Amino acid sequence: MMMPPDSPSVVSPAALALNRFGLGARADQDVASRAGLNTPDAARTALLKQFDAYQAQSAPWADQPGTLSLAASYADAREQIRSAEQQHDASAKEAAQHSLRDAVRDTYRSAVKRRLLSGLTTPAPFVERLTYFWSNHFALSADKAEVAGLAGAFELEAIRPHVLGRFDAMLAAVEHHPAMLLYLDQARSVGPDSMEAIRAVHRHPDLQIGLNENLAREIMELHTLGARSGYTQADVTEFARALTGWSVARAGGEDGVAAGSFLYRPARHEPGARTVLGRRYEADDEAQAGAMLHDFAGSPATAQHLAFKLARHFIADDPPPAVVQRLTDAYTRSGGDLPTVYRALLDAPEAWAPPAPKFKSPWEWVLSALRGLGGNDLDSLGKTEGAALLTQLGQPVWRPGSPAGYDDIAASWAAPDALVRRVEVAQRLAAHAGDTLDPRQLGQTLFAGSLSPATTAAVGRAESVSTALALLLVSPDFQRR
Amino acid sequence: MTFSRRHFLQLGASTSAALLFAPRLVFAQAQTQTDRRFVFVIQRGAADGLNIVVPYAEPAYANLRGALAIDPSNALKLDGSFALHPSLVQMSQLYAAGQLLAVHAVASPYRDRSHFDGQNVLETGGIVPYQLKDGWLNRLAGLLPARSDLALALAPTVPMALRGAAAVSSYAPSSLPQAPDDLLTRVTDLYQADTQLAPLWQEAMAARGLAGDVGAHQDAASLGKLAANFLGRADGPRIAMIETGGWDTHTGQNQRLANQLKSLDTMLAALRDGMGVDWSKTTVLVATEFGRTAAANGTGGTDHGTGSAALLLGGAVAGGRVLADWPGLRAGDLYQARDLRATTGLDALIAGAAAEALGLDPQRTAHALFAASPGLKPISGLVRA
Repeated sequence: MMMPPDSPSVVSPAALALNRFGLGARADQDVASRAGLNTPDAARTALLKQFDAYQAQSAPWADQPGTLSLAASYADAREQIRSAEQQHDASAKEAAQHSLRDAVRDTYRSAVKRRLLSGLTTPAPFVERLTYFWSNHFALSADKAEVAGLAGAFELEAIRPHVLGRFDAMLAAVEHHPAMLLYLDQARSVGPDSMEAIRAVHRHPDLQIGLNENLAREIMELHTLGARSGYTQADVTEFARALTGWSVARAGGEDGVAAGSFLYRPARHEPGARTVLGRRYEADDEAQAGAMLHDFAGSPATAQHLAFKLARHFIADDPPPAVVQRLTDAYTRSGGDLPTVYRALLDAPEAWAPPAPKFKSPWEWVLSALRGLGGNDLDSLGKTEGAALLTQLGQPVWRPGSPAGYDDIAASWAAPDALVRRVEVAQRLAAHAGDTLDPRQLGQTLFAGSLSPATTAAVGRAESVSTALALLLVSPDFQRR
Repeated sequence: MTFSRRHFLQLGASTSAALLFAPRLVFAQAQTQTDRRFVFVIQRGAADGLNIVVPYAEPAYANLRGALAIDPSNALKLDGSFALHPSLVQMSQLYAAGQLLAVHAVASPYRDRSHFDGQNVLETGGIVPYQLKDGWLNRLAGLLPARSDLALALAPTVPMALRGAAAVSSYAPSSLPQAPDDLLTRVTDLYQADTQLAPLWQEAMAARGLAGDVGAHQDAASLGKLAANFLGRADGPRIAMIETGGWDTHTGQNQRLANQLKSLDTMLAALRDGMGVDWSKTTVLVATEFGRTAAANGTGGTDHGTGSAALLLGGAVAGGRVLADWPGLRAGDLYQARDLRATTGLDALIAGAAAEALGLDPQRTAHALFAASPGLKPISGLVRA
């Protein structure tokens, strides 16, 4: 990537801690709280302290409905549609469909709001950033109604509790979560020689029932080992066979399990031992795929894959190989203990002297802009939903369109139209902030004294406070971290 | 699916199918004395060639596909062997008019089954993923006599196929309030010395003047019309890319593919109508990263495969025929016992189609676009001079 010539040649450790590893400073942040940050050691210590301050269930997330309650409401709504259908009541059916649509939309919007508010008010922005990283690593895309409503609950239940734990615990939570099982079609995959398939074919010879390898492939390619790491189509198919039976309990509950819970269905499981990546797995039940997942998490390929992605996210689009190696070693040495990996990241000299700044994603830019203007709520957005704003900026939340998640390089976000959108949004946020802030002072606060001379000059010359604030938010300094 | 994502995401398209299809346009400017246009439509997600250009006379087809098999009595017959999916009504009319060529059992050099790697190979023109850093469509733009003032993407970002040395801009309809000129001018000044942001910003400002009044709609017909608006201008782009998504039909394939193809049919027809007389100078290539399994999977869909189908359409396309070295679908015919075997190179098709569409030398074009495949023989006779 090109190095912008007017970016400050030396970005202070405090500014890096705030922007590169955090979500940007807040306008109301105490200057004294940053005073001690201006060496890499002090900045590192302050970031590590955030591990203690982080709350998986932060206040804004507290009223997020859980998967089971969402699944129950969804099942009720589907039941109303079905019953209207049976009574041939077209208008009742339409009304029921409409209300389901509204409910899913509201659930999604509220979850996006909680996510924004949590980022605005968090005492642990570094860890909050890590939750976005892992949520994107294990990306859902809200393309199916039943998944769309669950996206927020998925992040709260499968990602947030595990960002400071071991990778294999997060992996297990993600792959057992109904949102993932539904999104990648696992909930309906049936072993071709399973009891259920044999019975079904006996009863209805034309019925289509069998294997779906979507989740198996994406776990190996995206969640753990990484593409081109040496597994074959046969490995994917074997893993897909082992995963059969992993499913979600139906509406009304089954076998004493509430609707929307993970449910292992032995009758769907493909019988027999399986061989994946040269290793044989005898256990012929739910634990078979579980053991494979555990082994994937411990694989050197996974260590390398995750290390590269973390280094790309925090350090540079093309991360220095030495950093990737450092993180790979930390992962392997600690058996996938994530805080150990994060410590290795902060210990890397490149973290404090990055080769080139990262261009912020729309999500990072919006959140840092709202924090920069000192907001504790989303009032500055007016009637615009946070969800709609991110869609306009090109990064709809939880909807990257593919299980690979959003790209993490400048080429994905630094595009002509994207810049215009940011200017439009900045103008709006700045207008709402009015003249309560001194833009010149704010520039120094947000960059801990290392704002570039060009931006300092442009902000100082602006004809109004709101124009100055908008310029600050779209400045080359603020577009990057 | 009865649920409308459009509604809940407030995007303002017309149907949920249109949004899943979610087309986005990107233009590379290439100026030119030429008034010929080339449009690449990418189908992201591995489109099911066997149900788009249906080999209805193939005895194994109905068995492999079961409930997913397209009923020959509904399909739009092309010849004694192949038929189009029933949703592609306007495409079948183009075929009848000799303006659509269907190409079957086609694939890029990529042989694994990752969408992301497969799209990278398709878009860069390499042999293995991430071997090349720029896209073949950008290199194609570089072959035309360059005009420096414009390059345009009707999307917030620029897809891989169009990334590279030739200037590319982007434009997408926005519902945000416009920023005042004063702020825009100040931003121009502020970005002036920034080597990354300055060129992007200049392109954005240039594009604002060109959009015309079509725009705020993202449905298929509006996108086709918007593309035509840009391509139809005398000073407009000559190369464009349209991205479509939603082709990864692991489940519920029958309804989803029908919706997808209806959107595609609508968009391409709107593009043709919008081009008016210039349709005779326009060539559109529709292709995907790889095909899907020959057999249906267990969940009413198909999984990642190999060979697929591509469509070439335009006023000068030597169409009205199906180009296929048909490999068959019997058990022994399939690639790795599961996929339609690829017998035609997508790179040879791209090189031939792009060169003939823009009046370029085919060998030189093949070399510029697919240098990683030395000796590539571009397919000839696709587009009339």
